[in-house]
Amino acid sequence: MAMTMTGEVDLPASRAVVWEKLNDPAVLKDCIPGCESLERQGDGFVATAKVKVGPVAATFKGNVALLDLDPPNGYRIEGSGEGGIAGFAKGGAVVKLQEIDPANTRLVYNVEAQVGGKIAQLGARLIDGVAKKMADQFFESFAQAVKSAAPAAAAAAVASAAPAQARPLPQLRAVTINFPPGWESGG
Amino acid sequence: MTATGIGAPVRRKEDFRFITGKGRYVDDINRPGQAYAYFLRSPHAHATINKIDTSAALKEPGVVAILTGDDVAADKVGGLICGWMIHNKDGSPMKGGAHPALAHGKVRYVGDHVAVVIAETLAQARDASEKIEVDYGVLPAAASIESARKAGAAAIHDVAPDNQVYDWHIGDKAAADAAFAQAKHVTKLDIVNNRLVPNPMEPRAAVGDYDMGSDSFTLYTTSQNPHVARLVLSAFIGIAPENKLRVIAPDVGGGFGSKIFIYAEETICVWAAKKVGRPVKWTSDRTEAFLSDAHGRDHVTHAEMALGDNGKILGLRVKTRANMGAYLSTFASSVPTYLYAPLLSGQYNIPAIYAEVEAVYTNTAPVDAYRGAGRPEATFVIERLAEVAARELHMDPAEFRRRNFVTQFPHQTPVIMAYDAGDYDASLTLAQKMHDTAGFLARKAASAANGKLRGIGYSAYIEACGIAPSAAVGSLGAGVGLWESAEVRVNPVGTVEILTGSHSHGQGHETTFAQLVSSRLGIPLENVSIVHGDTDKVQMGMGTYGSRSGAVGMSAIVKALDKIEAKAKKVAAHVLEAAEGDIEFKDGKFTVKGTDKSADFGTVALNAYIAHKFNGQELEPGLKESAFWDPTNFTFPAGVHICELEIDPATGVIKIDRWTAVDDFGNVINPMIVEGQVHGGIAQGVGQALLEGAVYDESGQLLTASFMDYTMPRADDLPSYNVGMTVTPCPSNPLGIKGCGEAGAIASPPAVINAITNALGHENITMPATPEKVWRAAQSAVRKQAAE
Repeated sequence: MAMTMTGEVDLPASRAVVWEKLNDPAVLKDCIPGCESLERQGDGFVATAKVKVGPVAATFKGNVALLDLDPPNGYRIEGSGEGGIAGFAKGGAVVKLQEIDPANTRLVYNVEAQVGGKIAQLGARLIDGVAKKMADQFFESFAQAVKSAAPAAAAAAVASAAPAQARPLPQLRAVTINFPPGWESGG
Repeated sequence: MTATGIGAPVRRKEDFRFITGKGRYVDDINRPGQAYAYFLRSPHAHATINKIDTSAALKEPGVVAILTGDDVAADKVGGLICGWMIHNKDGSPMKGGAHPALAHGKVRYVGDHVAVVIAETLAQARDASEKIEVDYGVLPAAASIESARKAGAAAIHDVAPDNQVYDWHIGDKAAADAAFAQAKHVTKLDIVNNRLVPNPMEPRAAVGDYDMGSDSFTLYTTSQNPHVARLVLSAFIGIAPENKLRVIAPDVGGGFGSKIFIYAEETICVWAAKKVGRPVKWTSDRTEAFLSDAHGRDHVTHAEMALGDNGKILGLRVKTRANMGAYLSTFASSVPTYLYAPLLSGQYNIPAIYAEVEAVYTNTAPVDAYRGAGRPEATFVIERLAEVAARELHMDPAEFRRRNFVTQFPHQTPVIMAYDAGDYDASLTLAQKMHDTAGFLARKAASAANGKLRGIGYSAYIEACGIAPSAAVGSLGAGVGLWESAEVRVNPVGTVEILTGSHSHGQGHETTFAQLVSSRLGIPLENVSIVHGDTDKVQMGMGTYGSRSGAVGMSAIVKALDKIEAKAKKVAAHVLEAAEGDIEFKDGKFTVKGTDKSADFGTVALNAYIAHKFNGQELEPGLKESAFWDPTNFTFPAGVHICELEIDPATGVIKIDRWTAVDDFGNVINPMIVEGQVHGGIAQGVGQALLEGAVYDESGQLLTASFMDYTMPRADDLPSYNVGMTVTPCPSNPLGIKGCGEAGAIASPPAVINAITNALGHENITMPATPEKVWRAAQSAVRKQAAE
């Protein structure tokens, strides 16, 4: 089944820093929820990740390729993974980086994915929630990663916040998930 | 009528064991040394299998074997078959693609069988299957009829490059066109008959066992027709000759058609049992059942009715596209053709009918017979058309039907069927009276005062059961005969075993068949045992589907009982020292005409076996007879269902307020069981109309693969039914039985949709009429009502 998800998130770092982190396997591995390994292979990566959608838990193994590289404006990320009897997932995301100011970057993403097998059979109604949660977790971790790499921006962010209270990171601006027509009314 | 005889509402003998958990189903059967099978299924709707790497999986704990399509091919295990040949309009045969028991080179639907893991435990088999690496080459998938028939769509089978299985027709096109040319009015409808998942309470299961000493196989399987399973597994799939293959279908918890078919799983279990030298067991889980049990319905139809003066139907033109899924299941090809179009005449005198049916492969689970099988689809077409035609002509829908009813019998329709007996007006009149249709307008006004929309809908259905004379179905392409067998074994003490080729999986044969024998032989019900479901006990049989067990199965028993009576009279003549011609048999007693000399049934049975009172050379000892009954016609149950419901326009929720069913099933053996069949059938039909629908997305993923997403009818969705009966005995069998198993599911969907559209005031609603759809439609209806 097809799903799409679009969103944008503001990150407290320059485009150059965000771009660098987006291409750093170690950072991606730490940020992708459930990711167990992520290694560079050619232009892309091979990865394994544990994912749980409702009653279906699986370890997905797959390849991720980075395409249309346009530093520091963005890229297209495409991948597919097999989750054994849980099914498969494949799809991609167009990621764009927009400069808000020299220390802050807006990341806009547009995901189109297909899932199949048990995940679609049992998890269809749950996938939007899981996908949104995984996106939230990813960007929370990713914001932390770019923040630690951008001390000036982070310091500025902390300075602007109340002393005892860290600024909530990241600021997820919008997430929209679209299912194919007919699903909810399919009955 | 006695308390346990024909016509008595005897409580079901089998229910004690079922409701106390003492039934013995396939999953209850465990063989020494048994291993467990787990099927790795395709997550893709359409893909080539480039490579299957089982090396890591084979090292997993407990794994006994992993088998793939290559092993099936190497052992020359035959493919699964479709047993009904349909010919195209041009006379060429349908295009049946190969259906290997494990996919070979290609998968064609989500759930297709890629490999089987056999291990010491089910958990080990499932865990090991995770380690199988399959390299798929994903192909474009077509999940719907439209996408499969689109130019350039990927071919699912090489033999059918455009995914068309057949293009069939029936009736007289010229006569139908002439009728339309004369029509005063033409009613047109586009109809979708939604795809259903059968969902019997007990999922499918199989245990395959191989005995090396005798080189013979035993298969325990959830089958409605174990002999047909043996025939197919033996003659076509080639597991073993019939004398080396025993098939046992013990207690089976519902089938609704889905357990007629011979599937990959039981084929693999029985084949693998010899290959791995262990009994192999498989039990479907619920999602596997959603994925791989043959689905039902899934038609898209355009239908037109030509009308003349005074609401007379002049002709019918129907064009249907049927989704067959990825493979042709065992009887799939017959369902949208000979089980469908010949019923399009309904209860009506329609001079000209022409129907065209195109069957299409798609990347979805195979579609085959499901409770009613073709007849619900036909009834939905004709009964929706009848209702809409009446509305367009501003006629009362009951009166419209009455004017067009067949009243003279026999009646030859333009589409094969020769209706032999019926009184359709009697059923309609009784249904209207029981329902209080006269009070409908007052009830509608009361609903309107409460802000609710009330509607009433009729369905005057007819179906064909039995199914038919073997020679007749053979001429239509069936690969088998549709007779039934019976053997009556009278034991020396006068108890009786009935061996029947019918199979009970919820129908209550242990009770109704015993009632017949009890009535006929005048012996207590508990002295009669019904034996079925074992090919080593019952020699041959065709099984249970098409509401045939009463009309055909019991007729075979009657024929065998006739022979028993004839033989017993010969024995009684010796016992009573009288001439055979003077012996009369009544109420369990043999008497000599004009005397007080008598012998009871048990005494005669004992004498048949001790054989002291007659010359064993002149009269064979023993009392055992068998018979085969081949029907002389289809049987034609018919009736009228009336659904009345109330819609809450604020929520779209429908409450069925009253339901009246008046059925003519011919003579009835057990009215309580018949009423139960009617209840269950209506529940399934209401499920189709309001709740159920299998949904594949465009990539061929099944989105409704569990009870979370596929809505089954529940008690609170259903009213208490008003069930009545009229009787015109069936002339084509000795008991006058027509059959009742499918009627409710056939009759009810159009009754519901006719009631909804009556309430809403427009015709545009598709099944399942979920609250969302009804709410959307109700909003415009409310606006219209306000404007009036």
